[in-house]
Amino acid sequence: MTLLTTVFAAIICTILWYKGAPKSEMKVSILCWMYWGASLMWLIDAIFEYAELGAEYFTPDPLDMLNDFYLGLSVVALGLIIWLIILLVKDPKGVVKATLFKKK
Amino acid sequence: MACFLVPAAEAVITTVAAKVMKSKEKEESVEVSLSADGSVEEATKIPFSTKLGWLNKLLWGGSVLLAFEHVWHGEVIPYFPFLTAVKSGETAEMFAEMGSAGVMMAALITAVWVGMLAVSSVIEKRALRAPKIAEEDILK
Repeated sequence: MTLLTTVFAAIICTILWYKGAPKSEMKVSILCWMYWGASLMWLIDAIFEYAELGAEYFTPDPLDMLNDFYLGLSVVALGLIIWLIILLVKDPKGVVKATLFKKK
Repeated sequence: MACFLVPAAEAVITTVAAKVMKSKEKEESVEVSLSADGSVEEATKIPFSTKLGWLNKLLWGGSVLLAFEHVWHGEVIPYFPFLTAVKSGETAEMFAEMGSAGVMMAALITAVWVGMLAVSSVIEKRALRAPKIAEEDILK
């Protein structure tokens, strides 16, 4: 469920990046790299788990699924926070700078 | 246990490599058609250090989010020795997991990046060939 949540986040971010490219004012590419990187790593985790559990891997307990989904959402939220910090620090549109200074 | 440490270690190496390469690279100017109307413009080819940056971002992004997952599951703790496996004396199992899952994670991400390099190289070659073909057609 964590893998699935992150993959969906990665796909949505890639679509948003493509829509705004090549301008990249919102730095959505950061989110794409983060979520795709994590998705690939969790894919390996999933393969190892499948090798251990077999078909049982696809029928998890509802409680485990809920916990994994909760983790997935938390991961997506953490990714968004990291992206937001980078966006505000790099300030590609100069919005933060414009708020700090007033024109005479 | 600590599988994310392998891609994180690779990320450190590739980040240093990208910084070194960036300081030595020169811009390469090319003529290419970037717009849909087919007009030819002068552009610069993205250097290899930028492409290595793609790998860095994949590795760092993935490692950070996986580190969070390890904190979530109590495998990483905020005090010494920082890893539950080391604290409970399961160091051998931890290294075994790093050698299997961790190495596979780093290998898969690197393989995907190599695939991206191959695709981008094909796209670059096609884009560079397009203005030449258009020029030849005009001459005919």
